[in-house]
Amino acid sequence: MTLKTRGRSITLLGLLLLAGVYVRAIWFTPVERTQGGAQKIFYLHAPAAWSTLLAMGLVGLASILYLMMKDERFDRFAAASAEVGTAFACVMLTTGPLWGKPVWGTWWTWDARLTLTLFLFFLFIGYQLLRGAIAEPGTRARYAAVLGIFGMVLVPFIHLSVYLFRTLHPQPIVLKPSAPSLPGDMLATLLFSFLTFTVLYIGLVTQRYATGAGDAHVG
Amino acid sequence: MSGLLRDALVIARKDLALELRTKTGLGSALVFTALVLTVFNFGRDPTAVAALDLAPSILWVTFTFAAVLSLNRAFQLELENQAFEGLLVSPIDRRSLYLGKLFANLVFVGLVEAVGLPLFALFFNIPILHVLLPLAALIAVATVGFVAVGTLMSALVIRVRFAELMLPVLLLPFLIPPLVGAVQVTARLLAGRPLSEVSGWLRLLLAYDVVFVSLAALLFPATVDE
Repeated sequence: MTLKTRGRSITLLGLLLLAGVYVRAIWFTPVERTQGGAQKIFYLHAPAAWSTLLAMGLVGLASILYLMMKDERFDRFAAASAEVGTAFACVMLTTGPLWGKPVWGTWWTWDARLTLTLFLFFLFIGYQLLRGAIAEPGTRARYAAVLGIFGMVLVPFIHLSVYLFRTLHPQPIVLKPSAPSLPGDMLATLLFSFLTFTVLYIGLVTQRYATGAGDAHVG
Repeated sequence: MSGLLRDALVIARKDLALELRTKTGLGSALVFTALVLTVFNFGRDPTAVAALDLAPSILWVTFTFAAVLSLNRAFQLELENQAFEGLLVSPIDRRSLYLGKLFANLVFVGLVEAVGLPLFALFFNIPILHVLLPLAALIAVATVGFVAVGTLMSALVIRVRFAELMLPVLLLPFLIPPLVGAVQVTARLLAGRPLSEVSGWLRLLLAYDVVFVSLAALLFPATVDE
């Protein structure tokens, strides 16, 4: 079985699991009392955010490994992870406002976590613009690796600065719903979805990685 | 270490000598700064918003734009006659090369800020004399951080298509922590608040400087060596 077909079957498994997440979230998970049906988007939103962060972390890690070993497979993996991360970031950034409008009463607010995720998205886009603008594979890999490492280091700084920003300017309304103790049914759905999104991440990155190998031969 | 710094100063002196002989870069940057400040003046409603409320944002957006535009220059001037290859074969540590470029950029951006700050005070009638020292220190700390990242990014984009546009796209997300911090501290300085209120921000700015200057010096060799 080639890498590409393996990636495809993992993605397929992920999609099947995703259908399971929908079924479970809609019919077999209780409706949250105050937020109503809108809360169910949480089962897609939080796992998508997890996959986005995972993708960013692995881009940074692969970038370090690339600069240390100069093995082009790390570069190809970083590129694949960034692309897939961008897709998950889009899921996160569209499901978030869809939930925010009915629950918070606004599509967007400059809350710490929202701002951080928006900049994650910008970092991914910048990373891919830079890759797209360089034709020579060696140079592209080196430059992208440097940017990837910088991006990974930047994330905690952005988080800290928006966190400070918010504590100095307390919002009049408590925006974040506290959900530390999730009821068992909801927690099970959420964990199931986390697993699903991780499988989807692995499947999509494997496919993209395998396609990247083809790119190298054509290019 | 002293050799590293000595070489860096040689590079910085070379860049600044080039700049001071032509003065085109510096001249344009200064005019640009004055123009941005003027544009801001017409971009607000003076009867509705007090100048002091907008002042920190105006100051830092102006400085950010001026810095981003000036940073392209550092490596652009090495493209002519393959001067960059000449620098790379010279017996100088790559880190010295980076630090030299960083020093030259800091002097350049510092000069622009030194002219921009009084202009800003003049145009918007902001009293800054009583907080001049802490304000100057804040500007220095914030500037070191974003010029350090900007210098490295400008080396990344130098051979890339649309370098002038690519630099701000890559750089602006990295400017968020120093920019947010600088705006917050400036607002409190101008409002006459004690510095203890912003110690968190000052620590963040200093940490940013230390982390990103080190990281950039560490990764710069990877950007220039084949």
